[in-house]
Amino acid sequence: MIILNINGKEEKLDVSDDMPILWALRDVMHLTGTKFGCGMAQCGACTVHLDGEPIRSCITPIAAAVGKKITTIEDIQNDKVGQAVQAAWSEVDVVQCGYCQSGQIMAATALLTNNQTPTDADIDAAMSGNICRCGTYPRIRAAIHAAATKLA
Amino acid sequence: MTAPLNISRRTFIKASALVVGGLVIAFSIPQAKRFLLPGAAKETGNAGEAKLPAPNAFLRIGTDNTITVMLAHSEMGQSIWTTLPMLIAEELDADWSKIRVEHASASPAYLHTAYGIQITGGSSTTWSEFDRYRQAGALTRQLLIGAAAEQLGVPAANLKTENGFVISGDTKISYGDLAEAAAKLETPKAVTLKDPKDWKVIGKATKRLDGPEKINGTAVFGQDVHFDGLMTAMVARSPVFGGSVKSFDASATKQVKGVQQVVQVPTGIAVVADNYWAAKQGREALKVEWDLGPNAGLDSKAMLEDFRSKAANPGLVAAQLGDSKATLSKSDKLIEAEYALPYLAHSPMEPLNCSVRIEKDACEIWTGTQMQTTDLQAAAKILGLKPEQVKIHTLFLGGGFGRRANPAADFVSEAVQVAKAAGVPVKTVWSREDDVQGGYYRPMYLHKAKIGVDTNGFPAAWEQVTVGQSIMLGTPFEAFMIKDGVDATSVEGIADSPYLKQIPHYHVSLHTVKTGIPVLWWRSVGHSHSAFVMESLIDELAHSAKKDPLDYRRALLKDHPRHLSALNLAAEKAEWGKTLPKGVSRGIAVHESFGSFVAQVAEVSVDQGAVKVHRMVCAIDCGLAVNPDSLKAQMESSISFGLGAAMQSEITFKEGKVQQSNFHDYLVMRMSDMPKVEVHIVQSTEKMGGVGEPGLPPVAPAVTNAIFAATGKRIRQLPIGNQLA
Repeated sequence: MIILNINGKEEKLDVSDDMPILWALRDVMHLTGTKFGCGMAQCGACTVHLDGEPIRSCITPIAAAVGKKITTIEDIQNDKVGQAVQAAWSEVDVVQCGYCQSGQIMAATALLTNNQTPTDADIDAAMSGNICRCGTYPRIRAAIHAAATKLA
Repeated sequence: MTAPLNISRRTFIKASALVVGGLVIAFSIPQAKRFLLPGAAKETGNAGEAKLPAPNAFLRIGTDNTITVMLAHSEMGQSIWTTLPMLIAEELDADWSKIRVEHASASPAYLHTAYGIQITGGSSTTWSEFDRYRQAGALTRQLLIGAAAEQLGVPAANLKTENGFVISGDTKISYGDLAEAAAKLETPKAVTLKDPKDWKVIGKATKRLDGPEKINGTAVFGQDVHFDGLMTAMVARSPVFGGSVKSFDASATKQVKGVQQVVQVPTGIAVVADNYWAAKQGREALKVEWDLGPNAGLDSKAMLEDFRSKAANPGLVAAQLGDSKATLSKSDKLIEAEYALPYLAHSPMEPLNCSVRIEKDACEIWTGTQMQTTDLQAAAKILGLKPEQVKIHTLFLGGGFGRRANPAADFVSEAVQVAKAAGVPVKTVWSREDDVQGGYYRPMYLHKAKIGVDTNGFPAAWEQVTVGQSIMLGTPFEAFMIKDGVDATSVEGIADSPYLKQIPHYHVSLHTVKTGIPVLWWRSVGHSHSAFVMESLIDELAHSAKKDPLDYRRALLKDHPRHLSALNLAAEKAEWGKTLPKGVSRGIAVHESFGSFVAQVAEVSVDQGAVKVHRMVCAIDCGLAVNPDSLKAQMESSISFGLGAAMQSEITFKEGKVQQSNFHDYLVMRMSDMPKVEVHIVQSTEKMGGVGEPGLPPVAPAVTNAIFAATGKRIRQLPIGNQLA
């Protein structure tokens, strides 16, 4: 039995401790907002926060999360920056198929938490690990700048 | 547009809603227009006798005032979740905040008005539903007015509608309050659609209705389906297409915690487990001995050589005029060039998946599919069920790009086979590796062109040989799409090129190659290769004639006003001819596909062999732009998808196996590579075309033409990769 802190709640999971956080969230907790895209930290669809830092949950075993706080898309509206990011996503109408957007929002929230005035180069550096096959990149960039302006 | 449209009584069917109460509008469609060529539908709507009952509703008004729109097509990013409701809301004068949307189930009621099957593809949803969804809205409005007229005892002509209410002077009655009474009225025999000058919704940039749930993580994709008892399965498939299982040893697999069953299915060995992680580990522990079959020697480099030798001779004729051979032999100047493009995977962000529950005389399927009809038929056949015993629930698609519309119903059939063999409800999940290596690629193509140039520098004779696989051969579409051995999609954009129409002598031919590699339509289908070749060749001709590539195109396209309107708008907005910063060059391309005309100008620099695309300026004439903002989004999307393919993506084969496996070696567009994109819409009242795909074809040639302008090097093979290093 492993105890994890997910979105502020203590959860007991009866799975082996090498299970990636992604599958613990999706298949055990049925928190399906976090997505599976590649399984090898190449696409960022599975991005969640571990103690506020963005991680790729598809390659991070739950053992690494013991004693830390996991935050997922389901709870990010309770974060001031996350709320601003989601509002900007709506304002710019970023999404298309939407599958990668949970990961994009989690990555963008982490970026803006650490850097209140990101440049385009900062956005490239922070967001290039998150693939969007629909090509919403120009709108993601615009939404990050819009959120930064709102938060300033 | 304002003339009343006659409606067959059996076309529109009105019924009382049994569950929610209120008014249900359903209709079925004529069955005469099966399998027309994509983009070739000359008419839409309901002119004709309907032969099918309509078991499902298109539109439902609840007594709580909600208006639920049923989508006959699948939402995969293209925003029809918003565009189709806009059509209903316009004619209904609905309160936009009360609109709800649901994917319709798989049913004959929802067949494509032009293609005759339930499909989302060919960039066709909006134009093919433009009449049907507006008519549903108009008919419903008429019924609601009728109900209000009865209730108030006033003539219907004295009533108006606005924002979800029928209004008579100071009296307002909400649609929800009228729904049940309206359901009891006779269906009108004709409806009048609004004059376009009165449109309040159509043509206005409208935010996506699926935005909120895709921003907060609650949107449900096929991958997110869960119910008690649902197992996760992964299938070990042959590493070579056409291979089969000789033997397998599942003893180690069965030791993996969470693995429940190992079953053999036609496509391989399925590991059925409590969750994905267990299924994955179980599959890794599986020992399978494969008979690799006839394709074990596949090598894409050798195949390209084979294509090249075939291209030395003409293939089956796709289009021909005059005597190109004689003209070419007399030409003073010849341009000869060979172009090649690789196999490409679609790789939508959501890996393929499909959930299946089989019960006695019934089967339920949950998946993201673009082609419900073929999936349903395949499932029924496997299980020996009648089609009406199979139910398909369409969930949001995490991207499609053509991969989720498979005439072979591959991922649905496999899931049904696994659920059948395992005897439990199963969700099959593909890993990214399964997706990249699992086939159904955009085919590899090689083109050889020989063009004779007249004294003015314009083409006088044009010969082109195309070599590649057919995506239609062996599918139910073969009879409609292959004529005299020529798959229309292999040569679209060439055989019907506007440039050829200016030339008295041409000969376009096709060698269709069989390889054993499964192929499929990939965003923009044949145009994904033909536009690159045609727009590159035109650029070669322009430079050879020492003419400006824009002026050269304008001269050749002088009788093609929609090409010209897109070309001119893109050039104007890109300030074609104006000096650029040092090191930056422009390229231009224009192409028609799916009834729309798109021109793009790329601004590119090449620094020590590294190509950087700085800006893409795009102009489109698609006729009416129902939702200008989602149209722009589709152009941005196509530019991203097309740039990734032009710059980096390729699937190659060696010793029968795909050499790429995941996003580290199947390279796609990322944020840092994405240029600035500007989209401009030609104000047009011409015939409506599509928007999901037409933005893609001009991307690669606009970029490679800019590379030529920058470096003098002509890129004739994609991806560009490190060819300039």
